[in-house]
Amino acid sequence: MRKHPPRRSPKPESGAYEEFMSRAYTMEIEAIERYAQFAEQLDTHNNREVANLFRKLSQIETLHAKRILDEMRWPSMPALPAAYAWEGAEGPETAPFGDLHYLMQPYHALEIALQCESQAQQYYESIAASKAPRRVRAAAAEMAEEEREHVRLIRDWLKKVPKPGAGWDRDPDPPSMSE
Amino acid sequence: MNAPQVIASLTAKDFKSDYKPVWCPGCGDYSVLSAVTKALAMLNLRPENVAVVSGIGCSSRIPAYTACYGFHGVHGRSLPAATGLKVARPDLTVLVASGDGDGYSIGGNHFLHACRRNVDLTYIVMDNHVYGMTKGQPSPTTEPDWSSKLAPGGTGLREFHPLVIALASGANFIARAFSGDPNGTANLIAEAVRHPGFSFLEVLSPCVTFRPEQRQWKHRAHPAPVAPTDDPVRAARRILTDDGFNIGVLFRGKRPAFKAGGATPTHSPDDLAAGFSI
Amino acid sequence: MPGMEKARASVSLALAGSGGAGVMTAGNLLLEAAAHAGYYALMTRTSGPQIRGGEAAAMLRVSNFPGDGQDDRFQILAAIDWQNVARFAAEIPLDGSSLILGDPSQGAPPEVFTRSGARCAAVPFKDLAKQHKDAWPNMIALGVLGALIGLPAESLERAVTKSMKKGVEAGIAAVRIGIAQAAALGAFPLAKPLSSTPRWLITGNEAAGFGALRGGVRFVAAYPITPATELLEWLAPALVKVGGTMVQAEDELASINMILGASYGGVPALTATSGPGLALMIEALGLGVTAEIPAIVVDVMRTGPSTGIATKSEQSDLNLALYGLHGDAPHIVVAPNSLIDCAATTEWAVGLAESLQVPAIVLSDQYFGQARGVVDVPQRNGSARTRSVADGTGEPYQRYAINASGISPMALPGAPGMAYTADGLEHNERGTPSSQAADHSAQMDKRARKVAQLDPGEHWASVEGDGELAVVTFGSCTGPAREALARARADGVNARLISLRMLSPAQPERLTRALDGVSRVLVVEQNHSGQFLRYLRAEGALSGEVKSLRRPGPLPFRPGEIHRELMQWSRA
Repeated sequence: MRKHPPRRSPKPESGAYEEFMSRAYTMEIEAIERYAQFAEQLDTHNNREVANLFRKLSQIETLHAKRILDEMRWPSMPALPAAYAWEGAEGPETAPFGDLHYLMQPYHALEIALQCESQAQQYYESIAASKAPRRVRAAAAEMAEEEREHVRLIRDWLKKVPKPGAGWDRDPDPPSMSE
Repeated sequence: MNAPQVIASLTAKDFKSDYKPVWCPGCGDYSVLSAVTKALAMLNLRPENVAVVSGIGCSSRIPAYTACYGFHGVHGRSLPAATGLKVARPDLTVLVASGDGDGYSIGGNHFLHACRRNVDLTYIVMDNHVYGMTKGQPSPTTEPDWSSKLAPGGTGLREFHPLVIALASGANFIARAFSGDPNGTANLIAEAVRHPGFSFLEVLSPCVTFRPEQRQWKHRAHPAPVAPTDDPVRAARRILTDDGFNIGVLFRGKRPAFKAGGATPTHSPDDLAAGFSI
Repeated sequence: MPGMEKARASVSLALAGSGGAGVMTAGNLLLEAAAHAGYYALMTRTSGPQIRGGEAAAMLRVSNFPGDGQDDRFQILAAIDWQNVARFAAEIPLDGSSLILGDPSQGAPPEVFTRSGARCAAVPFKDLAKQHKDAWPNMIALGVLGALIGLPAESLERAVTKSMKKGVEAGIAAVRIGIAQAAALGAFPLAKPLSSTPRWLITGNEAAGFGALRGGVRFVAAYPITPATELLEWLAPALVKVGGTMVQAEDELASINMILGASYGGVPALTATSGPGLALMIEALGLGVTAEIPAIVVDVMRTGPSTGIATKSEQSDLNLALYGLHGDAPHIVVAPNSLIDCAATTEWAVGLAESLQVPAIVLSDQYFGQARGVVDVPQRNGSARTRSVADGTGEPYQRYAINASGISPMALPGAPGMAYTADGLEHNERGTPSSQAADHSAQMDKRARKVAQLDPGEHWASVEGDGELAVVTFGSCTGPAREALARARADGVNARLISLRMLSPAQPERLTRALDGVSRVLVVEQNHSGQFLRYLRAEGALSGEVKSLRRPGPLPFRPGEIHRELMQWSRA
């Protein structure tokens, strides 16, 4: 499915800034939770190495979310308002459930992360280049820069982990039946 | 600066249990679970007022993964159990989770009659065109040429068309969702719950283990290019002729929901004994 | 012409005819008239396979004592016509003292009836009906039969006035014409009523439905099946009045799962069916056992296997009810032992199922279910057993907590902080699926314990009489057995009757106590293979000499058969 940008009409300067920041925050939270879910799934399927990697990615995004809280001087992580749910597909930084595999290797996980960070970068860049209020554009440019930094970081990381060979997903045993 | 105003009293997380799913990583059912919990938060419900009823199969594991009241019954019978529960307890919001084997094969008859009876239920069928829990046998929605151990070379049988059958049987709300779009699915679930009567939501939910080619569904699913209709004839044409990947609400009927019980008693059981007196 | 007849404690009569003759209507009116005159009565029916137009017979026994067995012989067989009525010969046994009444315009009575030596007399029912505008031959027969057994004309006329929707005046005229014919035909006078206790006119199916509502059932889902359908038809409007709901399910798989769903929601729920339906419900009953959901299934047994003889009784679902569930699945099986006991025993079953959080099967049968009787107003089954509902104390909530009683309080949807998933998968105390040996054995012990520890109270069986000979039976064999024992006593042979209501959990200790001092046990049951005998043997409750008296449906046991067996054995 295509990813949809949020359907929202432009707001006056101050309200628009808050909305932008809470949307950015929403996006981070979604990414954090998804990585945490992935870590849990791979824990359950005994792939500790990749589970730990997803846990690390979740922590990185948590720092990012915390910076938004600090910036906005919001006292704590607010519960997500329902109105801020993405209306179409998920947020640009949210990794899709469908990309997981129980035998996946760190390289695959980083590929997923790279994809997410790149999408987030593009998302912020598009806002920075839009006709949004100045303050929103400035904040978006800043966020885009942060995401670019993440992209660089993950690219470097990818160089350090082995690229999976052919047949990485081979399992000599058949699946088991549970019911 | 204040935090944005919190509209929902609970979040999706409040609808998740701490019991960890055993689905294969990559399975579409994870995002359906996520969508269910999001939808319940969006609907401003409380977990204790929601019951999730299921039968047997991968998809039917959902109840225990939610923080709601759950009923994980026998194979194919989720709809009757949910019907009994909703009719006896109309105050509850009742979701029913099923799969293409549980819902369309062994539970096929109940599907027809649940559509016809139009009890206010939301029926979510995670369709992956295969029996996953018993290791990859063809289901009613499996393509005729899909080869498997049980049906080498394929079944040669045409696929069951759940949406057409739901329409013909009287379902009051028919939609198709794709698990690759959990938020879209959450919105459809919320809409299905709000719609009175029997709401049927078919969710294309890939099986990455037995049907790894379904990972490509994300390139095929697309939003339905038309607005929902309340005209069954238009809906039938639409459902019969679409490519099977049209995502959205396809029919929104106007039939009143089954009238549930719980009317105020006018008699005590002993009053009825008068009918036996000589 | 016969002389003055000695008054009898009971008279059995049958009224037969083909479609349109109205024999059931006349039979029902005769039942009401008997009730009005202060008698007990019981009416069973038999019919050909046709939905309309088939031959049918109403078979009544009117008595001055309560009881719901048929007698050995019929004193009177009256037929409006003889078309195919011969097929009922085995169900309407006659002897030399019986009277056959036939309309000469319809031909001679069939040889299968006359070879009994019964006296034949002609009553031109059709011609007599022509004497009054709109009079019907069946109403003539009503007058004849009522007068033959000595019912007052007033009682017959009152029944017509009260129950006929139209044609009351013609009906009364016809009854009077019939009464006038009776004197020439003989007399089978009933002894005077012995008491005037309050009575009900009720079928076993209605009684079971009534007992269910008294027990608290407020949700019923079912699929129509002979001979359980009347139970549902009685419940459908009755449920509305008491604030409950009836759902007609698409099949029995649906009905059992619907009631499990409703009961999981906290509403006591019941379904009614017969053997073929019970067979379909078995899987879900196992779910009720494992997930610990109360549910009540009334099985109005009919002749099996397969479709069998749908309209006739047989006690052959016992094995299925006791042992049909896969896995080790402790549950409740009870059997009413009289028509009116269908009320108390069904009410009891609701309490047992609710309090133990387990499915209960009530083994009624076609004989009780479709028989209509004049009975004493029943006592309530006093013990009010209810479901233990979790109140939120004792956090964290564990749905399947292990404790001494095996009964863990059940949280109902809507209660905050106690949400759990009822699961057919084996689970731990919290309800989380588990394949651990320790959880399986702990939960199996829990489920077995709560059922095994049940104290069924006095209602577990009817234990009557003394002596070293005993009849052990259940269900609709009880009435004939009781009557057989009374006859044996009159012949100087004392014997005990033990009629079990509680079949599962088995009560071997109680049965052993009840059999204390007994050296010979006659096990009476209506099935081919001796299912009840095998069950009693398996439970180790029988000692001494044991004999089996059994036969399959459709013919009911008659007291004489059991009496004969007892007398032969006591002399052996």
